[in-house]
Amino acid sequence: MARNVTTGQKAFWTLCAWTVGLAIFFPIFWTVLTSFKSEAEAVRAPALFDFDWTLENYATVFDRSPYARHFLNSVVISIGSTLLALLIAVPAAWAMAFSPTRRTRGLLMWMLSTKMLPPVGVLIPIYLIFRDTGLLDTRTGLVIVMTLVNLPIVIWMLFTYFREIPGEILEAARMDGANLKSEILYVLTPMALPGIASTMLLNVILSWNEAFWTLTLTAANAAPLTAFIASYSSPEGLFYAKLSAASTMAIAPVLILGWFSQKQLVRGLTFGAVK
Amino acid sequence: MATDHSRSTARLMVSPSVLLLLAWMIVPLVMTLYFSTQRYNLLYPGTEEFTGLANYTYFLSDPSFTEGLLNTLLLVGGVLFITVTGGILLSLLLDRPIWGQGIVRILVIAPFFVMPTVSALVWKNMFMNPVNGLFGYAAKAIGLAPFDFFGQAPLFSIIMIVSWQWLPFATLILFTAIQSLDGEQVEAAEMDGASAFSRFRYIVLPHLARAITVVILIQTIFLLAVFAEILVTTGGGPGSASTNLTFLVYKESLLSFDVGTGSAGGIVAVVLANIVAIFLMRAVGKNLDL
Repeated sequence: MARNVTTGQKAFWTLCAWTVGLAIFFPIFWTVLTSFKSEAEAVRAPALFDFDWTLENYATVFDRSPYARHFLNSVVISIGSTLLALLIAVPAAWAMAFSPTRRTRGLLMWMLSTKMLPPVGVLIPIYLIFRDTGLLDTRTGLVIVMTLVNLPIVIWMLFTYFREIPGEILEAARMDGANLKSEILYVLTPMALPGIASTMLLNVILSWNEAFWTLTLTAANAAPLTAFIASYSSPEGLFYAKLSAASTMAIAPVLILGWFSQKQLVRGLTFGAVK
Repeated sequence: MATDHSRSTARLMVSPSVLLLLAWMIVPLVMTLYFSTQRYNLLYPGTEEFTGLANYTYFLSDPSFTEGLLNTLLLVGGVLFITVTGGILLSLLLDRPIWGQGIVRILVIAPFFVMPTVSALVWKNMFMNPVNGLFGYAAKAIGLAPFDFFGQAPLFSIIMIVSWQWLPFATLILFTAIQSLDGEQVEAAEMDGASAFSRFRYIVLPHLARAITVVILIQTIFLLAVFAEILVTTGGGPGSASTNLTFLVYKESLLSFDVGTGSAGGIVAVVLANIVAIFLMRAVGKNLDL
Protein backbone atom coordinates (compact mmCIF):
# COMPACT_ATOMS: atom_id res chain seq x y z
CA MET A 1 0.00 0.00 0.00
CA ALA A 2 2.32 2.69 -1.22
CA ARG A 3 0.38 5.80 -0.47
CA ASN A 4 1.57 9.27 0.30
CA VAL A 5 2.49 9.13 3.94
CA THR A 6 4.06 11.95 5.84
CA THR A 7 7.33 11.38 7.62
CA GLY A 8 5.47 11.99 10.87
CA GLN A 9 3.08 9.13 10.22
CA LYS A 10 5.90 6.86 9.21
CA ALA A 11 7.83 7.73 12.37
CA PHE A 12 4.75 7.00 14.47
CA TRP A 13 4.16 3.55 12.97
CA THR A 14 7.87 2.78 13.12
CA LEU A 15 7.88 3.58 16.83
CA CYS A 16 4.83 1.37 17.44
CA ALA A 17 6.22 -1.55 15.46
CA TRP A 18 9.65 -1.42 17.06
CA THR A 19 8.16 -1.21 20.56
CA VAL A 20 6.02 -4.29 19.98
CA GLY A 21 8.85 -6.14 18.24
CA LEU A 22 11.34 -5.47 21.02
CA ALA A 23 8.76 -6.45 23.67
CA ILE A 24 8.15 -9.80 21.98
CA PHE A 25 11.86 -10.41 21.59
CA PHE A 26 12.69 -9.27 25.12
CA PRO A 27 12.58 -12.68 26.90
CA ILE A 28 15.20 -14.01 24.48
CA PHE A 29 17.37 -10.93 24.91
CA TRP A 30 17.01 -11.19 28.69
CA THR A 31 18.02 -14.87 28.67
CA VAL A 32 21.16 -14.13 26.69
CA LEU A 33 21.99 -11.19 28.97
CA THR A 34 21.44 -13.22 32.15
CA SER A 35 23.75 -15.94 30.87
CA PHE A 36 26.63 -13.46 31.26
CA LYS A 37 25.79 -12.53 34.87
CA SER A 38 26.95 -14.19 38.05
CA GLU A 39 24.29 -16.24 39.90
CA ALA A 40 24.06 -13.57 42.59
CA GLU A 41 23.49 -10.79 40.08
CA ALA A 42 20.99 -12.86 38.10
CA VAL A 43 18.50 -12.88 40.98
CA ARG A 44 19.27 -9.38 42.28
CA ALA A 45 17.16 -6.39 41.23
CA PRO A 46 17.38 -6.35 37.46
CA ALA A 47 20.42 -4.63 35.97
CA LEU A 48 20.46 -3.97 32.27
CA PHE A 49 24.12 -3.58 31.33
CA ASP A 50 26.03 -2.44 34.44
CA PHE A 51 27.07 -5.77 35.84
CA ASP A 52 30.28 -7.76 35.74
CA TRP A 53 30.17 -9.72 32.52
CA THR A 54 31.37 -13.28 32.96
CA LEU A 55 31.66 -16.47 30.95
CA GLU A 56 31.80 -18.65 34.05
CA ASN A 57 28.24 -20.00 33.53
CA TYR A 58 29.12 -21.42 30.16
CA ALA A 59 32.18 -23.10 31.63
CA THR A 60 30.14 -24.50 34.55
CA VAL A 61 27.43 -25.88 32.28
CA PHE A 62 30.05 -27.78 30.32
CA ASP A 63 31.97 -28.94 33.42
CA ARG A 64 29.11 -30.05 35.61
CA SER A 65 26.89 -31.68 33.02
CA PRO A 66 27.42 -33.75 29.89
CA TYR A 67 26.23 -30.77 27.88
CA ALA A 68 28.34 -31.61 24.85
CA ARG A 69 26.76 -35.06 24.69
CA HIS A 70 23.21 -33.67 24.75
CA PHE A 71 24.11 -31.10 22.14
CA LEU A 72 25.51 -33.85 19.95
CA ASN A 73 22.34 -35.89 20.51
CA SER A 74 20.28 -32.96 19.24
CA VAL A 75 22.49 -32.66 16.17
CA VAL A 76 22.42 -36.39 15.39
CA ILE A 77 18.68 -36.76 15.95
CA SER A 78 17.58 -33.67 14.01
CA ILE A 79 19.95 -34.05 11.07
CA GLY A 80 19.78 -37.86 10.99
CA SER A 81 15.99 -37.98 10.96
CA THR A 82 15.85 -35.23 8.34
CA LEU A 83 18.20 -37.04 5.96
CA LEU A 84 16.38 -40.33 6.44
CA ALA A 85 13.01 -38.66 5.83
CA LEU A 86 14.34 -37.00 2.67
CA LEU A 87 15.65 -40.32 1.40
CA ILE A 88 12.20 -41.86 1.72
CA ALA A 89 10.20 -38.78 0.72
CA VAL A 90 12.02 -37.50 -2.37
CA PRO A 91 11.04 -40.46 -4.60
CA ALA A 92 7.46 -40.39 -3.31
CA ALA A 93 6.99 -36.64 -3.80
CA TRP A 94 8.71 -36.90 -7.16
CA ALA A 95 6.38 -39.62 -8.43
CA MET A 96 3.28 -37.85 -7.16
CA ALA A 97 4.30 -34.51 -8.65
CA PHE A 98 5.34 -35.78 -12.09
CA SER A 99 3.07 -38.74 -12.69
CA PRO A 100 -0.07 -38.03 -10.67
CA THR A 101 -2.91 -40.52 -10.87
CA ARG A 102 -6.52 -40.37 -9.79
CA ARG A 103 -5.48 -41.58 -6.37
CA THR A 104 -2.66 -39.08 -5.75
CA ARG A 105 -4.91 -36.49 -4.16
CA GLY A 106 -6.44 -38.98 -1.75
CA LEU A 107 -3.02 -40.37 -0.93
CA LEU A 108 -1.63 -36.93 -0.10
CA MET A 109 -4.60 -36.14 2.11
CA TRP A 110 -4.20 -39.45 3.90
CA MET A 111 -0.52 -38.73 4.54
CA LEU A 112 -1.46 -35.37 5.97
CA SER A 113 -4.04 -37.02 8.21
CA THR A 114 -1.36 -39.14 9.88
CA LYS A 115 0.18 -35.87 11.08
CA MET A 116 -3.08 -35.08 12.89
CA LEU A 117 -2.91 -38.19 15.01
CA PRO A 118 -2.30 -36.95 18.58
CA PRO A 119 0.93 -38.46 19.92
CA VAL A 120 -0.74 -39.72 23.10
CA GLY A 121 -2.87 -41.99 20.92
CA VAL A 122 0.19 -44.08 20.10
CA LEU A 123 2.40 -43.29 23.11
CA ILE A 124 1.88 -46.56 24.99
CA PRO A 125 2.49 -49.00 22.09
CA ILE A 126 5.57 -47.07 20.95
CA TYR A 127 6.88 -46.98 24.49
CA LEU A 128 6.31 -50.71 24.97
CA ILE A 129 7.77 -51.62 21.56
CA PHE A 130 10.82 -49.49 22.33
CA ARG A 131 11.19 -51.06 25.76
CA ASP A 132 11.03 -54.58 24.36
CA THR A 133 13.41 -53.92 21.47
CA GLY A 134 15.94 -51.98 23.53
CA LEU A 135 15.34 -48.75 21.61
CA LEU A 136 14.32 -46.73 24.68
CA ASP A 137 16.80 -43.93 25.36
CA THR A 138 18.83 -44.56 22.19
CA ARG A 139 19.62 -42.14 19.38
CA THR A 140 18.56 -44.75 16.83
CA GLY A 141 15.11 -44.98 18.38
CA LEU A 142 14.66 -41.22 18.38
CA VAL A 143 15.87 -40.91 14.79
CA ILE A 144 13.27 -43.49 13.72
CA VAL A 145 10.43 -41.76 15.56
CA MET A 146 11.36 -38.27 14.37
CA THR A 147 11.63 -39.52 10.79
CA LEU A 148 8.11 -40.93 10.91
CA VAL A 149 6.68 -37.93 12.76
CA ASN A 150 7.97 -35.51 10.13
CA LEU A 151 7.64 -37.66 7.01
CA PRO A 152 4.20 -36.27 6.01
CA ILE A 153 5.42 -32.65 6.23
CA VAL A 154 8.53 -33.49 4.25
CA ILE A 155 6.55 -35.20 1.49
CA TRP A 156 4.07 -32.34 1.33
CA MET A 157 6.71 -29.64 1.19
CA LEU A 158 8.71 -31.43 -1.49
CA PHE A 159 5.51 -32.07 -3.43
CA THR A 160 4.58 -28.37 -3.49
CA TYR A 161 8.11 -27.48 -4.66
CA PHE A 162 8.33 -30.21 -7.31
CA ARG A 163 4.96 -29.29 -8.71
CA GLU A 164 6.29 -25.87 -9.62
CA ILE A 165 8.89 -27.38 -11.95
CA PRO A 166 7.30 -27.01 -15.39
CA GLY A 167 6.55 -30.30 -17.14
CA GLU A 168 7.43 -28.80 -20.52
CA ILE A 169 11.09 -28.78 -19.57
CA LEU A 170 10.94 -32.54 -19.19
CA GLU A 171 9.29 -32.93 -22.55
CA ALA A 172 11.85 -30.68 -24.19
CA ALA A 173 14.65 -32.74 -22.68
CA ARG A 174 13.01 -35.92 -23.93
CA MET A 175 12.68 -34.47 -27.43
CA ASP A 176 16.39 -33.79 -27.32
CA GLY A 177 16.91 -37.45 -26.62
CA ALA A 178 17.53 -37.45 -22.88
CA ASN A 179 16.88 -40.77 -21.16
CA LEU A 180 15.39 -41.08 -17.70
CA LYS A 181 18.78 -41.02 -16.00
CA SER A 182 20.08 -37.88 -17.64
CA GLU A 183 16.64 -36.33 -17.30
CA ILE A 184 16.83 -36.71 -13.55
CA LEU A 185 20.53 -35.91 -13.24
CA TYR A 186 20.87 -32.86 -15.47
CA VAL A 187 17.39 -31.37 -15.75
CA LEU A 188 15.39 -32.06 -12.64
CA THR A 189 17.96 -32.24 -9.88
CA PRO A 190 19.31 -28.71 -10.38
CA MET A 191 15.76 -27.38 -10.40
CA ALA A 192 14.69 -29.39 -7.38
CA LEU A 193 17.69 -28.65 -5.16
CA PRO A 194 16.45 -25.35 -3.71
CA GLY A 195 13.16 -26.98 -2.68
CA ILE A 196 14.99 -29.91 -1.10
CA ALA A 197 17.29 -27.54 0.77
CA SER A 198 14.36 -25.52 2.13
CA THR A 199 12.57 -28.67 3.22
CA MET A 200 15.69 -29.85 4.97
CA LEU A 201 16.12 -26.55 6.79
CA LEU A 202 12.58 -26.47 8.13
CA ASN A 203 12.65 -30.09 9.14
CA VAL A 204 15.89 -29.73 11.09
CA ILE A 205 14.32 -26.83 12.99
CA LEU A 206 11.15 -28.76 13.79
CA SER A 207 13.08 -31.84 14.94
CA TRP A 208 15.50 -29.78 17.04
CA ASN A 209 12.59 -28.33 19.02
CA GLU A 210 10.35 -31.41 19.23
CA ALA A 211 9.54 -32.02 22.87
CA PHE A 212 6.98 -34.78 23.25
CA TRP A 213 8.80 -37.86 22.05
CA THR A 214 12.18 -36.65 23.25
CA LEU A 215 10.79 -36.19 26.77
CA THR A 216 8.92 -39.49 26.92
CA LEU A 217 11.39 -41.79 25.18
CA THR A 218 14.79 -40.63 26.43
CA ALA A 219 16.66 -40.44 29.72
CA ALA A 220 20.28 -39.61 30.55
CA ASN A 221 21.79 -41.36 27.55
CA ALA A 222 20.09 -40.19 24.37
CA ALA A 223 18.36 -37.05 25.67
CA PRO A 224 18.69 -34.13 23.26
CA LEU A 225 18.73 -30.54 24.52
CA THR A 226 14.93 -30.27 24.80
CA ALA A 227 14.94 -33.06 27.37
CA PHE A 228 18.18 -31.98 29.06
CA ILE A 229 16.91 -28.43 29.65
CA ALA A 230 13.80 -29.92 31.27
CA SER A 231 16.05 -31.21 34.05
CA TYR A 232 16.51 -27.58 35.12
CA SER A 233 12.88 -27.56 36.24
CA SER A 234 13.69 -29.18 39.58
CA PRO A 235 13.80 -26.68 42.48
CA GLU A 236 17.48 -27.33 43.17
CA GLY A 237 18.18 -26.42 39.57
CA LEU A 238 16.99 -22.86 40.04
CA PHE A 239 20.20 -21.24 38.93
CA TYR A 240 19.09 -18.54 36.55
CA ALA A 241 22.49 -17.75 35.10
CA LYS A 242 23.28 -21.39 34.37
CA LEU A 243 19.78 -22.03 33.03
CA SER A 244 20.29 -19.01 30.76
CA ALA A 245 23.66 -20.17 29.52
CA ALA A 246 22.39 -23.68 28.76
CA SER A 247 19.30 -22.19 27.07
CA THR A 248 21.24 -19.69 25.00
CA MET A 249 23.43 -22.40 23.55
CA ALA A 250 20.38 -24.61 22.93
CA ILE A 251 18.38 -22.03 20.99
CA ALA A 252 21.15 -20.15 19.18
CA PRO A 253 21.71 -22.56 16.26
CA VAL A 254 18.03 -22.81 15.41
CA LEU A 255 17.38 -19.11 15.92
CA ILE A 256 19.99 -18.38 13.28
CA LEU A 257 18.73 -21.09 10.92
CA GLY A 258 15.17 -19.93 11.49
CA TRP A 259 15.83 -16.42 10.30
CA PHE A 260 16.77 -17.84 6.93
CA SER A 261 13.66 -19.96 6.70
CA GLN A 262 10.79 -17.50 7.13
CA LYS A 263 9.28 -18.14 3.71
CA GLN A 264 9.59 -21.91 3.87
CA LEU A 265 8.04 -21.85 7.31
CA VAL A 266 4.77 -20.47 6.00
CA ARG A 267 4.70 -22.90 3.14
CA GLY A 268 5.78 -25.96 5.09
CA LEU A 269 3.52 -25.48 8.06
CA THR A 270 0.39 -24.64 6.10
CA PHE A 271 0.90 -27.52 3.67
CA GLY A 272 0.90 -25.09 0.78
CA ALA A 273 -2.48 -23.64 1.75
CA VAL A 274 -1.03 -20.14 2.28
CA LYS A 275 1.76 -18.89 0.05
CA MET B 1 2.75 -40.02 -21.27
CA ALA B 2 1.88 -42.32 -18.40
CA THR B 3 2.87 -45.68 -19.76
CA ASP B 4 2.42 -48.88 -17.79
CA HIS B 5 6.12 -48.87 -17.16
CA SER B 6 6.33 -45.36 -15.76
CA ARG B 7 3.21 -46.00 -13.71
CA SER B 8 4.69 -49.00 -11.98
CA THR B 9 7.92 -47.07 -11.40
CA ALA B 10 5.88 -44.34 -9.76
CA ARG B 11 4.13 -46.88 -7.56
CA LEU B 12 7.51 -48.26 -6.52
CA MET B 13 8.70 -44.78 -5.60
CA VAL B 14 5.67 -44.01 -3.46
CA SER B 15 5.30 -47.33 -1.69
CA PRO B 16 8.07 -47.02 0.96
CA SER B 17 6.46 -43.85 2.30
CA VAL B 18 3.01 -45.38 2.25
CA LEU B 19 4.08 -48.57 3.98
CA LEU B 20 6.03 -46.72 6.66
CA LEU B 21 3.24 -44.30 7.43
CA LEU B 22 0.76 -47.15 7.44
CA ALA B 23 2.91 -49.03 9.93
CA TRP B 24 3.43 -45.91 12.04
CA MET B 25 -0.26 -45.11 12.18
CA ILE B 26 -2.18 -48.36 12.04
CA VAL B 27 -0.08 -50.75 14.12
CA PRO B 28 0.23 -48.59 17.27
CA LEU B 29 -3.34 -47.39 16.96
CA VAL B 30 -4.68 -50.94 16.81
CA MET B 31 -2.50 -51.80 19.80
CA THR B 32 -3.84 -48.83 21.72
CA LEU B 33 -7.38 -49.89 20.89
CA TYR B 34 -6.64 -53.40 22.08
CA PHE B 35 -4.96 -52.25 25.32
CA SER B 36 -7.92 -49.98 26.02
CA THR B 37 -10.13 -53.03 26.45
CA GLN B 38 -7.70 -54.77 28.80
CA ARG B 39 -7.01 -54.55 32.47
CA TYR B 40 -3.29 -53.99 32.09
CA ASN B 41 -0.97 -52.35 34.60
CA LEU B 42 2.79 -52.54 34.15
CA LEU B 43 3.22 -52.72 37.93
CA TYR B 44 1.11 -55.89 38.18
CA PRO B 45 2.22 -58.12 35.32
CA GLY B 46 0.21 -61.29 34.75
CA THR B 47 -3.14 -59.80 35.77
CA GLU B 48 -4.17 -58.82 32.25
CA GLU B 49 -7.72 -59.66 31.27
CA PHE B 50 -10.45 -58.42 28.98
CA THR B 51 -12.61 -55.78 30.62
CA GLY B 52 -14.73 -54.49 27.77
CA LEU B 53 -15.42 -50.79 28.09
CA ALA B 54 -14.57 -50.57 31.77
CA ASN B 55 -11.45 -48.46 31.10
CA TYR B 56 -13.52 -45.97 29.14
CA THR B 57 -16.15 -45.78 31.85
CA TYR B 58 -13.42 -45.28 34.42
CA PHE B 59 -11.53 -42.67 32.39
CA LEU B 60 -14.61 -40.70 31.31
CA SER B 61 -16.23 -40.70 34.76
CA ASP B 62 -13.03 -39.63 36.52
CA PRO B 63 -13.41 -36.00 37.66
CA SER B 64 -9.93 -35.28 36.36
CA PHE B 65 -11.17 -36.11 32.85
CA THR B 66 -13.83 -33.40 33.03
CA GLU B 67 -11.24 -31.02 34.43
CA GLY B 68 -8.70 -32.08 31.82
CA LEU B 69 -11.20 -31.58 29.01
CA LEU B 70 -12.13 -28.16 30.34
CA ASN B 71 -8.47 -27.20 30.71
CA THR B 72 -7.79 -28.39 27.16
CA LEU B 73 -10.62 -26.25 25.83
CA LEU B 74 -9.49 -23.22 27.84
CA LEU B 75 -5.89 -23.67 26.76
CA VAL B 76 -6.68 -24.12 23.07
CA GLY B 77 -9.38 -21.42 23.05
CA GLY B 78 -7.32 -18.95 25.06
CA VAL B 79 -4.19 -19.32 22.98
CA LEU B 80 -6.17 -19.18 19.72
CA PHE B 81 -7.94 -16.00 20.81
CA ILE B 82 -4.70 -14.27 21.84
CA THR B 83 -2.62 -15.37 18.86
CA VAL B 84 -5.23 -14.75 16.15
CA THR B 85 -6.23 -11.32 17.48
CA GLY B 86 -2.61 -10.42 18.17
CA GLY B 87 -1.52 -11.82 14.82
CA ILE B 88 -4.05 -9.72 12.89
CA LEU B 89 -3.04 -6.55 14.73
CA LEU B 90 0.66 -7.27 14.32
CA SER B 91 0.41 -8.08 10.64
CA LEU B 92 -1.52 -4.86 10.04
CA LEU B 93 1.17 -2.98 11.95
CA LEU B 94 3.98 -4.61 9.97
CA ASP B 95 2.17 -3.76 6.76
CA ARG B 96 2.34 -0.02 7.56
CA PRO B 97 5.15 1.95 5.98
CA ILE B 98 7.88 1.64 8.60
CA TRP B 99 11.64 1.85 8.82
CA GLY B 100 13.43 -1.43 9.40
CA GLN B 101 10.47 -3.67 8.64
CA GLY B 102 12.72 -6.67 8.01
CA ILE B 103 14.36 -6.38 11.43
CA VAL B 104 11.07 -5.98 13.24
CA ARG B 105 9.75 -9.07 11.49
CA ILE B 106 12.79 -11.04 12.62
CA LEU B 107 12.26 -9.87 16.23
CA VAL B 108 8.59 -10.87 16.11
CA ILE B 109 9.05 -14.38 14.75
CA ALA B 110 12.03 -15.28 16.96
CA PRO B 111 9.99 -16.94 19.77
CA PHE B 112 8.80 -19.60 17.34
CA PHE B 113 12.33 -21.00 17.17
CA VAL B 114 12.79 -21.30 20.92
CA MET B 115 12.33 -24.87 22.12
CA PRO B 116 9.27 -25.37 24.37
CA THR B 117 11.22 -26.43 27.45
CA VAL B 118 13.45 -23.34 27.26
CA SER B 119 10.62 -20.86 26.82
CA ALA B 120 8.57 -22.44 29.61
CA LEU B 121 11.46 -22.41 32.09
CA VAL B 122 12.62 -18.91 31.18
CA TRP B 123 9.12 -17.50 31.61
CA LYS B 124 8.45 -19.43 34.78
CA ASN B 125 11.68 -18.60 36.60
CA MET B 126 12.98 -15.35 35.23
CA PHE B 127 9.70 -13.56 34.62
CA MET B 128 6.80 -15.07 36.57
CA ASN B 129 8.61 -16.08 39.76
CA PRO B 130 7.12 -13.82 42.47
CA VAL B 131 10.39 -13.45 44.40
CA ASN B 132 13.13 -13.15 41.78
CA GLY B 133 11.16 -12.75 38.56
CA LEU B 134 11.15 -9.61 36.50
CA PHE B 135 7.37 -9.16 36.81
CA GLY B 136 7.75 -9.37 40.58
CA TYR B 137 10.38 -6.61 40.56
CA ALA B 138 8.22 -4.51 38.26
CA ALA B 139 5.22 -4.88 40.58
CA LYS B 140 7.30 -3.95 43.61
CA ALA B 141 8.75 -0.96 41.76
CA ILE B 142 5.29 0.55 41.30
CA GLY B 143 4.23 -0.41 44.81
CA LEU B 144 2.10 -3.49 44.11
CA ALA B 145 2.34 -6.93 45.66
CA PRO B 146 4.01 -9.40 43.27
CA PHE B 147 1.61 -11.85 41.67
CA ASP B 148 2.29 -15.54 42.19
CA PHE B 149 1.53 -16.63 38.63
CA PHE B 150 1.85 -20.39 38.92
CA GLY B 151 0.38 -20.51 42.44
CA GLN B 152 -2.63 -18.32 41.72
CA ALA B 153 -3.31 -18.91 38.02
CA PRO B 154 -1.38 -21.92 36.71
CA LEU B 155 -3.43 -22.50 33.59
CA PHE B 156 -3.48 -18.80 32.73
CA SER B 157 0.31 -18.67 33.06
CA ILE B 158 0.70 -21.62 30.71
CA ILE B 159 -1.69 -19.95 28.24
CA MET B 160 0.53 -16.85 28.30
CA ILE B 161 3.69 -18.86 27.61
CA VAL B 162 2.15 -20.92 24.82
CA SER B 163 0.67 -17.77 23.26
CA TRP B 164 4.11 -16.17 23.19
CA GLN B 165 5.38 -19.23 21.33
CA TRP B 166 2.58 -19.27 18.75
CA LEU B 167 2.00 -15.56 18.16
CA PRO B 168 4.89 -15.49 15.65
CA PHE B 169 3.33 -18.31 13.62
CA ALA B 170 -0.04 -16.56 13.37
CA THR B 171 1.64 -13.24 12.56
CA LEU B 172 3.89 -14.69 9.89
CA ILE B 173 1.05 -16.44 8.06
CA LEU B 174 -1.40 -13.56 8.32
CA PHE B 175 1.30 -11.14 7.21
CA THR B 176 2.05 -13.30 4.17
CA ALA B 177 -1.67 -13.25 3.35
CA ILE B 178 -2.03 -9.51 3.91
CA GLN B 179 0.77 -8.78 1.49
CA SER B 180 -1.22 -10.31 -1.34
CA LEU B 181 -4.04 -7.85 -0.69
CA ASP B 182 -4.83 -5.59 -3.62
CA GLY B 183 -3.75 -2.12 -2.50
CA GLU B 184 -5.77 -0.36 -5.19
CA GLN B 185 -8.98 -1.83 -3.89
CA VAL B 186 -8.28 -0.43 -0.45
CA GLU B 187 -7.34 2.95 -1.91
CA ALA B 188 -10.52 3.06 -3.98
CA ALA B 189 -12.57 2.32 -0.88
CA GLU B 190 -10.72 5.05 0.97
CA MET B 191 -11.47 7.58 -1.77
CA ASP B 192 -15.12 6.59 -1.67
CA GLY B 193 -15.04 7.60 1.97
CA ALA B 194 -14.94 4.21 3.70
CA SER B 195 -13.71 4.51 7.27
CA ALA B 196 -10.63 2.66 8.46
CA PHE B 197 -12.87 0.26 10.34
CA SER B 198 -15.14 -0.58 7.44
CA ARG B 199 -12.14 -0.96 5.14
CA PHE B 200 -10.81 -3.52 7.61
CA ARG B 201 -14.18 -5.18 8.15
CA TYR B 202 -15.25 -5.45 4.50
CA ILE B 203 -11.98 -5.73 2.56
CA VAL B 204 -9.07 -6.86 4.74
CA LEU B 205 -10.88 -9.35 6.97
CA PRO B 206 -12.60 -11.27 4.13
CA HIS B 207 -9.26 -11.41 2.34
CA LEU B 208 -7.67 -12.90 5.46
CA ALA B 209 -10.52 -15.33 6.18
CA ARG B 210 -8.82 -18.30 4.57
CA ALA B 211 -5.45 -17.67 6.22
CA ILE B 212 -7.19 -17.24 9.60
CA THR B 213 -8.95 -20.58 9.12
CA VAL B 214 -5.65 -22.28 8.34
CA VAL B 215 -3.96 -20.70 11.36
CA ILE B 216 -6.77 -21.78 13.68
CA LEU B 217 -6.85 -25.35 12.42
CA ILE B 218 -3.10 -25.95 12.37
CA GLN B 219 -2.58 -24.37 15.77
CA THR B 220 -5.42 -26.44 17.20
CA ILE B 221 -3.65 -29.64 16.13
CA PHE B 222 -0.49 -28.56 17.94
CA LEU B 223 -2.26 -26.97 20.91
CA LEU B 224 -4.26 -30.11 21.67
CA ALA B 225 -0.89 -31.79 22.19
CA VAL B 226 0.74 -29.20 24.47
CA PHE B 227 2.88 -31.21 26.84
CA ALA B 228 6.42 -30.01 27.56
CA GLU B 229 5.29 -26.59 28.82
CA ILE B 230 3.09 -28.27 31.44
CA LEU B 231 5.66 -30.89 32.40
CA VAL B 232 8.41 -28.41 33.26
CA THR B 233 6.29 -25.70 34.90
CA THR B 234 3.45 -27.15 36.99
CA GLY B 235 3.57 -30.88 36.38
CA GLY B 236 -0.17 -30.55 35.81
CA GLY B 237 -0.88 -29.12 39.27
CA PRO B 238 -1.71 -27.87 41.74
CA GLY B 239 -4.01 -30.90 41.92
CA SER B 240 -4.95 -31.17 38.30
CA ALA B 241 -5.60 -27.45 37.79
CA SER B 242 -3.32 -27.28 34.75
CA THR B 243 -3.63 -30.83 33.43
CA ASN B 244 -4.83 -31.09 29.84
CA LEU B 245 -5.90 -34.30 28.13
CA THR B 246 -2.45 -35.00 26.71
CA PHE B 247 -0.87 -34.63 30.11
CA LEU B 248 -3.60 -36.69 31.77
CA VAL B 249 -2.98 -39.62 29.42
CA TYR B 250 0.76 -39.27 30.04
CA LYS B 251 0.16 -39.39 33.81
CA GLU B 252 -2.07 -42.46 33.59
CA SER B 253 0.26 -44.39 31.35
CA LEU B 254 3.87 -43.45 32.13
CA LEU B 255 3.53 -42.29 35.74
CA SER B 256 0.84 -44.69 37.05
CA PHE B 257 1.75 -47.40 34.51
CA ASP B 258 -1.96 -48.02 33.95
CA VAL B 259 -1.79 -49.05 30.31
CA GLY B 260 -5.51 -49.86 30.06
CA THR B 261 -6.82 -46.51 31.26
CA GLY B 262 -4.07 -44.60 29.49
CA SER B 263 -4.99 -46.29 26.22
CA ALA B 264 -8.67 -45.49 26.65
CA GLY B 265 -7.65 -41.86 27.23
CA GLY B 266 -5.45 -41.96 24.15
CA ILE B 267 -8.36 -43.14 22.02
CA VAL B 268 -10.57 -40.36 23.40
CA ALA B 269 -7.86 -37.85 22.43
CA VAL B 270 -7.67 -39.36 18.93
CA VAL B 271 -11.43 -39.00 18.46
CA LEU B 272 -11.34 -35.35 19.57
CA ALA B 273 -8.40 -34.54 17.29
CA ASN B 274 -10.14 -36.21 14.37
CA ILE B 275 -13.08 -33.85 14.63
CA VAL B 276 -10.66 -30.94 14.16
CA ALA B 277 -8.72 -32.77 11.47
CA ILE B 278 -11.78 -33.25 9.26
CA PHE B 279 -12.23 -29.49 9.05
CA LEU B 280 -8.54 -28.88 8.39
CA MET B 281 -8.43 -31.43 5.60
CA ARG B 282 -11.35 -29.72 3.91
CA ALA B 283 -9.65 -26.33 4.09
CA VAL B 284 -6.36 -27.66 2.76
CA GLY B 285 -8.00 -29.93 0.18
CA LYS B 286 -9.88 -27.04 -1.41
CA ASN B 287 -6.59 -25.49 -2.41
CA LEU B 288 -5.19 -28.64 -3.93
CA ASP B 289 -6.10 -28.79 -7.60
CA LEU B 290 -4.60 -31.78 -9.29
